[in-house]
Amino acid sequence: MDWPFLARTAGELLTGVPLTLQLTGIALCAGFVLAASVAALAHNRLAPLRWLARLYVGLFQGTPLLVQIFIIYYGFGQIEYLRSSFLWPFLAQAYWCAILALSLNTSAYGAEIIRGAIAAVPRNEIEAAQAMGMSGFLLRRRIIWPQALRYGLANYGNEAILLLKATSLASVITLMDVTGIAYRLVSKTYRSEEIFTIAGMIYLSLTFVIVGCVHMLERWLLPRNRV
Amino acid sequence: MNTSSLTLVGFGPDGWGKLLVIAAGLTLIAALCSFAIGGLLGTAGAALKLSSTPILRWIGTFYTTVLRGIPEILVVYLFYFGGSLALIHLMHLAGFPGFFSLPSFVIGVIAIGLVSGAYQTEAYRSAYLRLDRGQIEAGKACGMSRPVLLWRVIAPQTLRFALPALGNIWQSVLKETALLSIIGLVELLRQSTIASGATRQPLLFYGTAALLYLLMGQLTGFGIRSVEKRLGRCWER
Repeated sequence: MDWPFLARTAGELLTGVPLTLQLTGIALCAGFVLAASVAALAHNRLAPLRWLARLYVGLFQGTPLLVQIFIIYYGFGQIEYLRSSFLWPFLAQAYWCAILALSLNTSAYGAEIIRGAIAAVPRNEIEAAQAMGMSGFLLRRRIIWPQALRYGLANYGNEAILLLKATSLASVITLMDVTGIAYRLVSKTYRSEEIFTIAGMIYLSLTFVIVGCVHMLERWLLPRNRV
Repeated sequence: MNTSSLTLVGFGPDGWGKLLVIAAGLTLIAALCSFAIGGLLGTAGAALKLSSTPILRWIGTFYTTVLRGIPEILVVYLFYFGGSLALIHLMHLAGFPGFFSLPSFVIGVIAIGLVSGAYQTEAYRSAYLRLDRGQIEAGKACGMSRPVLLWRVIAPQTLRFALPALGNIWQSVLKETALLSIIGLVELLRQSTIASGATRQPLLFYGTAALLYLLMGQLTGFGIRSVEKRLGRCWER
């Protein structure tokens, strides 16, 4: 075991953690907002809006994330309208392209989770609340959302882990996250086993951190589950 | 969209259509091979995790935790770089100096298969746990030996229960094969990259690739769902 090399590698790989966490965090938040909107569309009374939501989910779930990243990073430059718009300074950067692709991708999965969680709220509880005179925002805030949170939180935690892993694809469009740095180090030193193993351990520990956070959130939000 | 972009993805002399369809076929084959490897590993993994020996259970848990916790691309890279280094080392020991490397198809399929095996382990394990214990006891009471019991009672029902989860895993395997483009396998995504580099039409070719992935996913998904429905008939009654 070449401990100095391992320590140096670990040190260099850890400098990629902030970017990995940034991509995960921003995409998770933006993705959640998008997901909630899509899930709201999926419950809409108008059938065309429901189809639109289903199409959105189908498109993003049915194609590889890497293809989505390439379409945004390489493909969008071809659209003249976009190139001359105010969005171009953002879309010309790999960082924002990665965030856009990750947010859109995770929002499709998130929308399904939110839709499922809201559908899992017992019908009779909603009817009981309506009989008490609750409706609209009050009904959602008091009855539907708290229950849906309970059903959906664990699934959304899994989605956050999948998102963390998915951010590694940003390295393909030149971003220097943990995977990007690992790749650069390997092409410099050819010591692939050690470097990729350490990178894997970093991701694994981040996964455990997310699992721990979800557990804490569950305990904090759902006091009745405390044993 | 004008007519020229349609000829570019078409099947004419200037079209990339034929190459794209061949590449899509390779994607499908790679996905099938990965899924099959994952099936073998998943069965073994489920057996390990359901074993009564703690050390075997521990190995199974280690496998599923690690392979589901690290990005697929790292596994692919590890096999891509590490695989040929190991092979060179092995060949040196056997007395063949020089440079050797495995085809990227083999490396990629093993890497994706290893990851999908971890997910399939969970699918088989939870399906097995859904089995009716009474049926296994009844089978034993009828004098079935362990292999007969496995073949006649356990395997068919476990497969049926695991099918919805396996369908989801199949879809993600199909999409994960896009990673093999990074290690140089000319599958659908790689072919689209080549085409868009030659024609400077990335939007057109990546869009076509996305549609082809969507089509493959929808068609196979439809097939899996109809099998599911067919096999589910005996539970409906």
